[in-house]
Amino acid sequence: MNLSRVGAIVLRMYYLYRGSPQRVFPMFAWVAVDIVLWGFITRYLNGVSQSGFNFVPTLLGAVLLWDFLTRVMQGVTMAFFEDVWSRNFLNLFATPLRTSEYLLGLVTASILTSIVSLAFMMALATGLFGLSFLSYGPALVPFLLVLFISGMALGIFAAGLVLRLGPASEWLIWPIPTLISPFAGVFYPVSVLPAWMGVIAHALPPAYVFEGMRAVIRHKAIPWSDLAIATGLAAFYVVLACLFFASVYRYAIRTGLIARYSAETVT
Amino acid sequence: MSPPSRPSSLAPVLKVERLSKSYGALKAVDAISFEVAPREIVGLVGPNGAGKTTTINMVLGVLAPDGGKIEIEGVDLKTDRTRALSAANFAAVYAPLPGNLTVEQNLRVFGMIYAVKNLSARIDDLLKEFELERLRRTKTGVLSSGEQTRVALAKAMLNAPHLLLLDEPTASIDPAMARTLRADIEAFAKRGCGVLWTSHNMYEVEEVCDRVLFLSRGRILLQGKPHELVAEHKAKSLEDLFVAVAHETLHGEGAA
Repeated sequence: MNLSRVGAIVLRMYYLYRGSPQRVFPMFAWVAVDIVLWGFITRYLNGVSQSGFNFVPTLLGAVLLWDFLTRVMQGVTMAFFEDVWSRNFLNLFATPLRTSEYLLGLVTASILTSIVSLAFMMALATGLFGLSFLSYGPALVPFLLVLFISGMALGIFAAGLVLRLGPASEWLIWPIPTLISPFAGVFYPVSVLPAWMGVIAHALPPAYVFEGMRAVIRHKAIPWSDLAIATGLAAFYVVLACLFFASVYRYAIRTGLIARYSAETVT
Repeated sequence: MSPPSRPSSLAPVLKVERLSKSYGALKAVDAISFEVAPREIVGLVGPNGAGKTTTINMVLGVLAPDGGKIEIEGVDLKTDRTRALSAANFAAVYAPLPGNLTVEQNLRVFGMIYAVKNLSARIDDLLKEFELERLRRTKTGVLSSGEQTRVALAKAMLNAPHLLLLDEPTASIDPAMARTLRADIEAFAKRGCGVLWTSHNMYEVEEVCDRVLFLSRGRILLQGKPHELVAEHKAKSLEDLFVAVAHETLHGEGAA
């Protein structure tokens, strides 16, 4: 692993963001819309509910955490798409750059952009709607860790999918978080799901996070063992996603797909 | 341009042995073997579809051969891709650098990928060499095609490669700049770099290349020094020879 090569991928993303407000804008805009929308929904629910239940940490917190996972995934895929759109694969992969260095570069770039988004979301949710992250206690750290690793796995998987199916498959990957969210129990306990959905939910690391989040809010003990399972599952999916990407990369090298991303002919 | 730091060894910088690649039933490259020595410029020519780009892509490690072996500086590309490609670089008309980065940013990113030492100084030298200083902070995508070619060549020189692969390097630049670039590349080769040069401009190939490989239907039909090939086949020029070989190939008669 050569850190200079990893740094090159990160530096490239920094240059792109530095000179492009249109790339920076989505880091704040869409999360702000989500926070404001769900902030008012929770405020309304708190007003009409007779139970005295505080919806802010349950719903608004869930939105924030789910947006974080989405941001991490999109951070990886957006960095990958920069190479798709600029038809840069031939330039990149005809160099000493290893696929592991390339992926680590994409993930590192994603860490930086998603942390900025997270900080902004937290500031907005706390400032406007009084969401206190202290209510999650020390569990917030594993929550974010599991979601981060899960987002990373989704991002790498999505990048592999686009590399395999071509740039036109872009539309396939954006809805991935939306497709997962009903199973992940973002806004409701997994117990309300039908049995078959529950089985899928237990294979999804984010489901453990949102279950854990609701447990913490109800002043129950932090489910450390569940969070450990979630971390293990998320790490497993990252390994699977990397293997998938590596397999697609080998296929692309064997068939000339990598070269075709830059030139339409291979002979 | 700073010289590549290569030893005075005569071992080939590129050794290709029985390289093959098929796409289904089509044999794009059919068991070709050749070498490029240090300080040698080898022209890889042939009609469209002859297998030139396929060969270059295999040497660049972006296309896996079906058979055969590629060694760069004695390092097997298959077993140690990273080390082999650290000694090579390329420029191709069909692989423009990202247009959304400035010239300097592109050179810095690729300089880091090649782990170039004293990168800032190296970039300054190359910008000066390729007359790109005033375009340093210009987005590469808005440059003219000739300027983009110069940036691609500057990128190709970043790591002072021992093997340089050039696919139509002067295709989109004016004759004056093309002449300057040819002189630059010849000077670069004289300092120890081996160059594999693909072009359809036979005058350029005749002028620049020490040796020419005529590729057709994935096979090397002819090879030798340009003027010797012209004399041997009683052609008026390399271009006439190219046309004759391409015509014979097209009609399935083969060549000598």
